[in-house]
Amino acid sequence: MRVQSEPFTLGEVLGAGSRPQAGAMVTFLGTVRDVSEHADILALEIEHYPGMTERELERLAQQAEQRFPILDVLIIHRFGRLSPEEPIVLVAVWSAHRAAAFDACRYLIDVLKSSAPFWKKEITPTGAHWVTDCPGCRAGTQTGHVHPDVLEEP
Amino acid sequence: MLHVKFFASVRERLGVGEMDWDFPSDGCTVGDLLQQLEAHFGQDLAGGHLLAARNHVHVPFSEPLRDGDEVAFFPPVTGG
Repeated sequence: MRVQSEPFTLGEVLGAGSRPQAGAMVTFLGTVRDVSEHADILALEIEHYPGMTERELERLAQQAEQRFPILDVLIIHRFGRLSPEEPIVLVAVWSAHRAAAFDACRYLIDVLKSSAPFWKKEITPTGAHWVTDCPGCRAGTQTGHVHPDVLEEP
Repeated sequence: MLHVKFFASVRERLGVGEMDWDFPSDGCTVGDLLQQLEAHFGQDLAGGHLLAARNHVHVPFSEPLRDGDEVAFFPPVTGG
């Protein structure tokens, strides 16, 4: 698992390591959009929790390896200031057959979004604000509501 | 002693990224610590929309603490 501020390319991932038992590799690449529901996006600033981030990504990879018959997982997630179209996150999964790799890749990016300690701030022409993905949080009405999906296995 | 960390909007709201905090007492939970911190800062940490981690692992507010723990409070995560 890699947590880094530097950009990365799909090419370096394709060329990394030898997995001769793998008949399939599925990748998900998340990139910065230039627009959100609020405004044009000039940049994203991504904060994370050093130490916990690496541990959490490792835990998610192990969880995926227990749930799906896969051979290997690589997750790269960036932090710092990112411009539109830059890569943010990559999930790559290797397996003997394609179904497990597709399923595990989808599973990993979904659980990562609800539990890996990253926070996005959108920089727009009119100011900067933190992204809130949770409808309950956005509504601001459910005082002290919990996010059980983070604590329980999905 | 506990080491307490804040992230993202919580960190900005408090103007503090991390601090040491005297270990309250045996049996103290994350929720108890949160109450003490909110009294100390005189404000809500995140309008109620808050997650916690103990020693780099997500935990509920009912989680008991031990002397020497690192405890973090932060808003729901938005990575990926």
